[in-house]
This record gives sequence, structure tokens and C-alpha cells, in this order.
Amino acid sequence: MNAIILSAILGVIMMFSGIWVNNKATLRWIALAGLLVLLISNIAEMYGYRIWNVNVHNMLYFDRFGLLFNSVAIGSTFIFVALSGSDINRVGKYAAEYYTLIFFVLTGITIISVYTSLLMLFLGIEIMSIPLYILTGSDKRNLKSNEASLKYFLMGAFSTGLMLMGITLIYGATGSFSIEVLNNPAIAQGVSFLEITGMLFLLVSMAFKVSAAPFHFWTPDVYDGAPGVFTSFMATVVKAAAFIAFVKLFDARMSYSSAVVDWKMLLCILIIATLLIGNITAVFQQSVKRMLAYSSIAQAGFMLFAVFSMNEMAKEGIIFYAVSYSLATIGVFAVLLKMKDFTFEGYNGLAKSQPVLAFANTVFLLSLAGIPLTAGFFAKYFMLASVIQTGHYLWMVIVAVLFAAVSVYYYFRVIQAMYFKTGEGETENIHPGFKTGLIILTVIIILLGVAPNLIINFLYF
Amino acid sequence: MIAVLLILIPLLTGLAGFAINRERGSRNWAVLSSVITLAVMIYGVTMAQGKQLGVDTTWLPQLGSRFALNLDGMSKMLCLLTAVAFPLIFIATYKNTYTNPGKFYALMLLSQAGLMGVFMAVDCLVFYFFWELALIPVYFLCSIWGGEKRIAATFKFFIYTFAGSLLMLVGILYLYNLTPDHSFALSSFYKLKLSASQQNFGFWMFFIAFAIKMPIFPFHTWQPDTYEQSPTAVTMVLSGIMVKMGVFGVLRWLLPIFPDAVSKFSNVIIIFSIIGILYASLIAIKQDDLKRLIAYSSIAHLGLMSAAIFSQQRIGIEGVMVQMFNHGIVVIGLWIVADAIERQTGTRKFSQLGGLAQKAPGLAILLVLMAFANIALPLTNSFVGEFLMFNGLFRYNPWMAFTAGTSVILAAVYTLGMIQKVFYGSVNTATENSIEANSNIRWVLIILAIGIIILGVYPQPVINLTKDTVDHLITQIQL
Repeated sequence: MNAIILSAILGVIMMFSGIWVNNKATLRWIALAGLLVLLISNIAEMYGYRIWNVNVHNMLYFDRFGLLFNSVAIGSTFIFVALSGSDINRVGKYAAEYYTLIFFVLTGITIISVYTSLLMLFLGIEIMSIPLYILTGSDKRNLKSNEASLKYFLMGAFSTGLMLMGITLIYGATGSFSIEVLNNPAIAQGVSFLEITGMLFLLVSMAFKVSAAPFHFWTPDVYDGAPGVFTSFMATVVKAAAFIAFVKLFDARMSYSSAVVDWKMLLCILIIATLLIGNITAVFQQSVKRMLAYSSIAQAGFMLFAVFSMNEMAKEGIIFYAVSYSLATIGVFAVLLKMKDFTFEGYNGLAKSQPVLAFANTVFLLSLAGIPLTAGFFAKYFMLASVIQTGHYLWMVIVAVLFAAVSVYYYFRVIQAMYFKTGEGETENIHPGFKTGLIILTVIIILLGVAPNLIINFLYF
Repeated sequence: MIAVLLILIPLLTGLAGFAINRERGSRNWAVLSSVITLAVMIYGVTMAQGKQLGVDTTWLPQLGSRFALNLDGMSKMLCLLTAVAFPLIFIATYKNTYTNPGKFYALMLLSQAGLMGVFMAVDCLVFYFFWELALIPVYFLCSIWGGEKRIAATFKFFIYTFAGSLLMLVGILYLYNLTPDHSFALSSFYKLKLSASQQNFGFWMFFIAFAIKMPIFPFHTWQPDTYEQSPTAVTMVLSGIMVKMGVFGVLRWLLPIFPDAVSKFSNVIIIFSIIGILYASLIAIKQDDLKRLIAYSSIAHLGLMSAAIFSQQRIGIEGVMVQMFNHGIVVIGLWIVADAIERQTGTRKFSQLGGLAQKAPGLAILLVLMAFANIALPLTNSFVGEFLMFNGLFRYNPWMAFTAGTSVILAAVYTLGMIQKVFYGSVNTATENSIEANSNIRWVLIILAIGIIILGVYPQPVINLTKDTVDHLITQIQL
């Protein structure tokens, strides 16, 4: 509860501080301070200290899983603003609004990580998405940004419509919005046509949100057209949040209605299609930004395994995946935003001109590829282990690791450009603080790669 | 304790090595580090007992993985090979110059740390970590300091081996899930009672990773290109030590855990190994490039090791143990000669070489000795290993042993052909200005030559050293 209310309040504070404060650097410090307060208040709630005691009528349930993810999301946002804050300030004139919108997105995220009522899911998704439409179009003079924003809005509205329809059908069938009532085996026996259709709609709309194939078409254009900083935010924190909602939704449902619809099979198709399209298309990209858009689709394929296998390990895994993927992607984007040229050739010779950036970027890419000693390895480890624990669908694991080997191809193209090719490696002016930030992020990623229990322990303490 | 030191010394000196910029300093630093490692290793093999060797501490309690290292006979032998090889490589290539020497030697030391870890891990997750960690520094070494086509060649190498290791990861997780106590420990894996279908699945997941690493035909295509394009010091690490990771993996993880699947598929794998032996030998005869010839010859030798392992005979496995060590010594010697020739004449092409024996008689004598060991002539160390391996294969199937045996003749053809083309004949423009190799190279080669002859006459130390591993392996297979 702390984080939900506080993030909304902080958003309002941010908005008004835009009136009084004209210096963008100061705004960034205010935002960072706000995020820190938010993070502390959420961690305090994990240890049982609540600032507000609101009766939520069982529509929200603050369990360890949701609260831990809130911390992860807020912490990642903090690192994101700390690293890329100067790039947020460069997007346009109204920096305060951008920070405000980021806080409102966090409000949405903190709702969908703890929802137990489908209504709350809908509200959370909407609160999260609407600020994002605006952020996508925030580069007002840029046609691509406008197009991306419109496309995102139309697709987002469409999928939210589907979700609402699904919720309505389920309500019609069961008379309840609660996912816990749905979980009741007594209701389960009388699985009705309405309910199944409702679930299908929900599945499709969630697949839209997490950009799983074949519902991924908006992703490359939106990620490419949006200002780079906000792409970084959308592709990491927001995407991870959508996955948390997905996991919570299907956590309860998949087991019993499998008699009518083979949910596992449906998800299986989704996963294979997502891995295939994400990985294969990423191989052919010339722009690193677009490559990262497709790679985020490919990573979504891996994260879908958590929805697929639905056991304790999957829950641990999705949190860990969210952390490692978000941190690494934020880092890769932070470096990308400093480049003068977003193509692979633009990275040529970066190791000579900016050794710190090149090294940090290498660690981030190795993490995304899932090489041991980086957080990304354990992220993949948990996903694979969770599927193997179910004991079925072993062939899917093999397909997944072969695609992981494909992903090495496009991640390593960047490393090759930086280290083995000659070029200027032109960048914007690099602030020493930025380098320090990158090194800290690198250390965190390696630390999590050696001791993943630093995060996992929080689920059990 | 010894195990930790063997990893920590190269790891820490390697990390510190990045800070050294001066050429001489970085070389001496690498030599110093590797000599200290060797001293610790010798102490470990000769003096240390039981608890002093290994280490076992908690690492990831929730996942059931412990940071556990131990040194049994086979580990000792391979760690000794690693510990001996690195100082020799550093000394033999002492005069070579590299851009960014500090980083070059730092990465070399990091790869040594990774290799040591692979050979000592008795926890599967730890093993996987080191398996990958040995690969990353080598990838950067080849791609930064290699030849013209280095980027494409090493990329192929990396993706190939990475795909293999990921399949192994699936296999590891599969076994982990079957252990009753959910543990990655080697001992829990050994205790598993697997059904036939479980064995088959796990077997292939592990085998492909090891087959790519060794490499066994038809997974060998990365190897000649990578060996050719890598800087020679790295090629020595790759062919002298790194390919042993594959052989080691089969002996430590594959044979004891999946004995039924091994005997089920042994025919297929031995046939593929023999095809590989003959195919690589025939291609080696046709090569015009010194490095590629040694690369293909290496495929042939590794193929024989694989065939001997899958014959599942005690004597054959003993032969593999001996041969792992001996092949490492011989092939490093060959690479050193190849490097010396290339530095002198600027070419590796046989068609441009000739008459070097007149200019560098000392080098010629040493190469001839290495070549004899490569053909496995009696009195050289390889003879013992190959004799035992053929013996094992013969007990499994005489026809297979006979077919594989023709490779000895083919080896003589290409190795002696190489000597003839490089050292005899008339001096030409490429070779007329060449002189004797520098004293570093000669001393290293003399040390290797002494090792070759001693182990050729008296191989018992290596057999004794690895006896406990072989005993344990045989009991596991026969269970």
C-alpha cells in the first residue's frame, strides 16, 4: 500500500515542482530522491511497516512476491533515472512531466503486482499504459515518435478492450472478479463456455502487453520510434511488470480447465513463435536499437516459461529474470543513448575510445546472452529449471537453448564491433559520474551472477 | 586448500595483469604467476594429502549447489599438465610481441584459472561455470590477437561450443531434478539409478557438448580454422589443454553416470571416431599449411582417445589417461616449432619452405623428435598411450582396432612428409636468411623432449597417478 499511495503523491509533487524549478538537473535530483523514498517505504512494508492502513476489501493482497517485485521495479527505475536522467532531460522541454509520468507508471505497476481482483488488474494496466502512450510521443517534433505513440495507443487500447471483455465474460460465468474465487475447485468443475472464452481473451490481451508473438507487431516500431530513454524504460520495468501480472493471472487458472482447452499447448505455441520471431529477426537488424527491440521479444519468450511451468521455481525465476534482464537492458540502452550512431558500425572501435563503456556494455550483453558469472545466467537457469521440474515438454527446453545460442550471434556482433573492429566509436560527452554508474551496475550484475540468493532470499525470509 | 590456490593464483594475477602496460613487466608477471602455480601444483601432487587438497563450502544452499573442488588422480594429472604447460608456453613465446601485452597475458592467466576449475570441480554447477569461464578469455584472445579471418573463425568456435554447453546445461538440470536430495554434487549424480530412457536423454545432452569440445567427427569443423587463426600461444592452450576438457568430461561425467547408454551407443560413437581419425589423417596429408596439418593431426589423435574411451576396457582407459598428458606435451612442442618456423621465415606454407635443417640443425633435431612422438614411435611417450588404447579397442572389436590402426601409417605419412618439406630439400628465398631459433625455444623444446623420452621409457608414474580414477570408473561402469 505504501508504494501505491506514495508513488501517486510523488507524481503530483513532481508535476508541481516543474512550475517552481526551472533547472532540469535539479528536477532529476528531486526525482531520484522521490524514488529513493518510494523504495525505502516499499522495503519497509516488506518488513511489516505500513504507513496507511486502507481496507482494500481483498481486491489487493500484499504478499511477499508482489512486494519484492515492487522493490525490484522501483530499484530498477532508480538506476534507470540515475544512469539516463540526462537523456530524459534532453528529450524535450518539459522534463518535470516526464518524471511525473514515470511515477504514475510506477503507481500502475505497484497495483498490478499485488492485485487479486480482475478489476484491479484492469485499473493497474490502464494506469501503467496511459502515461506510456504520452512518453512514447514525447519527442513532439519527431514524426516517428508521433507514429509510434499513435500505434502504441491504438494497439494498447485494442488489447485493453479485449481484456475488459474477457473480465466481463468471466464475471458473467462466475459472478466474481476475484482470482481466488476462480481458483476454487467447486467452481472449477462447472467450467463454462463463457469462462473459457473469457480466459482466452485475457490470454491474448496479456500476450499483447508482453509482446509475445503473434501479438508483437507493435513492439519494434514503438521501441524504435519512441525516444531511446523511454524505450529503455518500456522494455524493462514495464515489460517485467506485465509479466508479473501474467504469472499471477495464470498461476491459478491453468490447472483445472485444461480438460477443455489445452492451455499448455497454447502457451507452448506462443513461446516457440515468440522465440523464433524475436531471435531470427534480431539477427538481421542493422540498427542496435531495433535489434534490442527484437531481442526484448526474444527475452519475452524466455520469460513466458514462468507462465508455462507455474511452480515455485517459476515464481522465483520470474523475479530474478526481471531483475537481471531489466538491469542489463537499462545498461545497454544507457550506453546506446551515448552513441552518435545507432548502427552496429557506430560501435566500431568503442573499446579504444571509451574502454569503460565498452567493458560495461560487454558485461551487459553477456548477461543478456546468459553467460555464467553474470545475472543473466541464473535468469535462464531458473526458467529452464522450472520447466524441467514439471517433467514434461523437455523438447521445448532444447528448442529454447538452441535459440539462446542464436541470441549470442546478435549480442556478440556488438562486442565484435567494439573490440575487434577499427573505427572511431564516436560518443557524446561522457560525464565521469555516468562511468561510475555503469561500473556500479556492472558490479551488481556480476554479484548477482555469483550469488543469486541475494534476491531469492527475500522471498523466504 | 591447494585446489583454491590453483584457481586463485592465476585468477588474481590475471586480474592484476590488466593494469600492467609495459611489455617486459607483463611477460615476467605471467611467467612468475605460472611458475608459482606450478610450484603449488607440484606440492599438491607430491606432498599434500586428503583434506589439504580439496575444498567444500556452501555456495547456493537453496539450489543445492556447493562450491566443491577436489583432486583425484585424473584431476591431478590434468592440472599438472595445465600447470606445466603455461610456464613453458610463456617462456617459449617470450620473444613474441603483442599489442596491449598486459591484456594478452591477463586473459591467458584467466583461461588458466578456468581450466583448473573445470578439472577440479566435483559439483556440476561449479563445473558448468568453469566450463564457460575457460571459453570466454580464449574467445577474446583469438578474436583480438588472431590472424586475418579471426573474427569469423572464433565466432563459429564460440557459438558452436556455446550451443553444446547449453545442451549440457539442460542435461545437468535434468539430472539435478532426478536426484532425491536435489543436489548438484558429483556423488549424488553417481548414485542415481536411471532408467534406460532417462540415460539416453541425458547421455546425448552431455555427449554433444563434449563431442564439440574434443572435437569428434562430425562436430570438428570449427577446429582447423580456429587453430589456424589463433595466435600460436593460444593455439597451444586450445590444443594442448582445452580439448582435454572434452575427454575429461566424458570420463568424469558421461561414463559413470550413463553406463547403459554408453554401452548402447558405443558402437555408433566409435565408428564416428574412426571415420574422424581416417578423414582427418587423409586431409592432413593434403595440407599445405603447417598449422592446419597439426590441427588435423590433433583431430585424429583425439578421435582415437574417444574410440578408446567408448571401448570401455580398463586398459584402453588407462591408455587415454596416459595419452591425455602425452598428447598435451607433444602437441605443444609441435606448435612451438611451427611458431619458430613462422617467425623465422614469415610463412607456414610447405610450398615455400625447404632446407631449414641446414640453417637451423638444432631445431631440426628437436622437431624430428616431436614428430616421432606424434607418430607414436616406440621409446616416445605417445607409443605407450597409443599401444594401450589400441589394446583396449582391440578387446572391444578387432576390426575396429585394425581400421583405426591404419591411422598410425597415415600419421607417419603426413608427419614425415612435413619434416621433409620443411627441413630438407634446397634452401630457397624464404628460408635462406633463417637462423637457429632463440635459446628460450630451444630450452623449452629440450625440456619437452626429455619429458617425452622419460615417459616413453617409464610411463608408470602417470598410470599410478590416475589409478584411483580408473578403478572407480571401472566399478561405476560395471555396476
